[in-house]
Amino acid sequence: MATSPRDKQLKFEPWNDPDAKPFVRIHRITKKFGEFVAVDDVTLDIYQKEIFCLLGGSGCGKTTLLRMLAGFERPTSGKVFIDGVDVTNMPPYEQAVNMMFQSYALFPHMTVEQNVAFGLKQERRAKAEIAKRVADMLEMVKLGPFGKRKPHQLSGGQRQRVALARALVTKPKLLLLDEPLAALDKKLREYTQFELINIQETLGVTFIVVTHDQEEAMTLSSRIGVMNHGEIVQVGTPSEIYEYPSSRFVTEFIGSVNMFEGRLIEDEPAYVRIQCDELEAPIYVDHGVSAAPGATVWAAIRPEKVTVGRERPATADNWATAVVRDIAYMGDLSVYLLRLDSGKVVRVTQPNTYRHAEDRITWDERVFLSWHASSPVVVTK
Amino acid sequence: MSEPGPIVLLGAGPSPARPQSAFGRWLRRVRLQGRTLVTSVPYLWLLLFFLIPFVIVLKIAFSDSQIAMPPYEPLFSWAGEQVLQIKLNLSNFAFLVEDDLYWKAYLTSIFVAAVSTLLCLAVGYPMAYAIARSNPAMRNVLLLLVILPFWTSFLLRVYAWIGILKNNGFVNQALMGLGVIDEPIQMLQTNFAVYVGIVYSYLPFMILPLYANLEKMDLTLLEAAADLGSRPWKSFLKITLPLSLPGIVAGCLLVFIPAVGEFVIPSLLGDPGMLMIGKVLWTEFFNNRDWPVASAVAIALLLFLVIPMMYYQRTQESESGRGMHR
Repeated sequence: MATSPRDKQLKFEPWNDPDAKPFVRIHRITKKFGEFVAVDDVTLDIYQKEIFCLLGGSGCGKTTLLRMLAGFERPTSGKVFIDGVDVTNMPPYEQAVNMMFQSYALFPHMTVEQNVAFGLKQERRAKAEIAKRVADMLEMVKLGPFGKRKPHQLSGGQRQRVALARALVTKPKLLLLDEPLAALDKKLREYTQFELINIQETLGVTFIVVTHDQEEAMTLSSRIGVMNHGEIVQVGTPSEIYEYPSSRFVTEFIGSVNMFEGRLIEDEPAYVRIQCDELEAPIYVDHGVSAAPGATVWAAIRPEKVTVGRERPATADNWATAVVRDIAYMGDLSVYLLRLDSGKVVRVTQPNTYRHAEDRITWDERVFLSWHASSPVVVTK
Repeated sequence: MSEPGPIVLLGAGPSPARPQSAFGRWLRRVRLQGRTLVTSVPYLWLLLFFLIPFVIVLKIAFSDSQIAMPPYEPLFSWAGEQVLQIKLNLSNFAFLVEDDLYWKAYLTSIFVAAVSTLLCLAVGYPMAYAIARSNPAMRNVLLLLVILPFWTSFLLRVYAWIGILKNNGFVNQALMGLGVIDEPIQMLQTNFAVYVGIVYSYLPFMILPLYANLEKMDLTLLEAAADLGSRPWKSFLKITLPLSLPGIVAGCLLVFIPAVGEFVIPSLLGDPGMLMIGKVLWTEFFNNRDWPVASAVAIALLLFLVIPMMYYQRTQESESGRGMHR
């Protein structure tokens, strides 16, 4: 039996291997448009066969960074190396890097086949080879019967796959994808995400994906680089980014979170205790935090890590009382909006494990919230 | 404009609960009538200023000339009680075929117009391209400069070319002053002058549709081409040029059609012996007072131009309809 993709992903961690050579090296790249700094001193190493996601809101510089990798923009300062070669000032038509555009940028006057063949024709391949590789590629993206159609006769999903086929047929070393799934509807997007991963694993191409959709980033990537105001604020695997965010920005950007501002009242190497004005009981965290005692810190607790119950928890820490303000039934889980006595609204999600839950917590009920000591993430900035 | 447009608009309006209110119904009715009114304006215009004059010319083309006022026989006449007599006279058209003067004039006109159109394209395409790719603030200034000559009378501008091209005109004097030539070059009253005049006068008609086309082109297509290894000039040939084909066709038609019938420029700048159909038409109409033959000349010219255009349009439509590639 072959190992499952999950196992492969667990073992695939070149960024932890001191001997691994980065495939793409972005060294102190800055890009200014007039006075505006779009990309601010970014340094990043990306390894072969990674799917690296640049995640951030609009205007955070992620697309500019991608365009510099493709050669469409020249960095104001800094260097880009791909496979050891300095490509900082190389025009796009000389780079072995392909890009899949957000708009797909399919040539409207050419058929699907002609679109896919375009790159191979630029390489002056033999006619027979072009025909074969185009046919194979179209087969791979399941567009075999659509070769003679023009882009405007295809659905959004089909166009997306033509764009992918066109970018991959020349076997680039690196594929840049700008919001690859943004134009697809939800169902198709989920399906396409996994298809993208499959294709990437089959061909062994390195992917750099730009996206504003954190779910997309979580599903696709081996690592995520979160960007804000032109800077990379954190790089890590999806679970690192989600469970161990390094700043308030990342914590709030990825997923939903309940943020409590407080002061460190006990600061030990093995645990910390945080006093929050909005909570009756202190927050107890079972690991140390590098911050001065008395410093303002933020404790972030994810909605799914909070339990709702009618009994008062036995512990002295990590609980709160609240009134149920709203319940949103989502099918697989329910979202509870609970109001603390301090007025703060806390978001809690609970899986709907049973079809007929007797005695379900309901509106306006007074409840106790509690969480495990390992759940809160403490950030200092 | 699709039918549900106004309904959706009403639904999203301030009173979504009552989309069928009296006001709503009134709005819908007025809207529909307004739309009919607006679309009928161009039809009315074409009917009044194209179709009716055309029918009149067609009628004259089929009648016999006579020395009278108007100088042609009526096409329809009452022969006795309630009998309508139609005299269709095809001799005017037969005359066009018999006399090789007309054939030659047609061919010369088409040749001159075709060459001028190509020259306009060669000059206009780079200009339109440069305007479309310049920065937006500059773009409007450049477009204004293209349109600016229209604010001076066409006739005046053609006369101005006489001053430039004649033997003691600006160009010859400048060249002689620089010592490039000893004797003035004969430029006025040559085909060269006609081409200069036509290209100069019609250039905006080439530039504007080309600009409109090139300006709306999606530039990421060029990035995509570059990304796939295509150098800039090749991207131009493979992407920009084919995509601008509708603009090229529109520009060429806008230049070619009036250039074929052009009368003023060849008369003022050209060789007096040069036979162009516009001049022939003028002579038939004013000098010979042969309105029927003049009309036949005009009708034949129209057919010459319209039939290939209709054929082109049909092939274009069926092509985009079936999605076949060229």
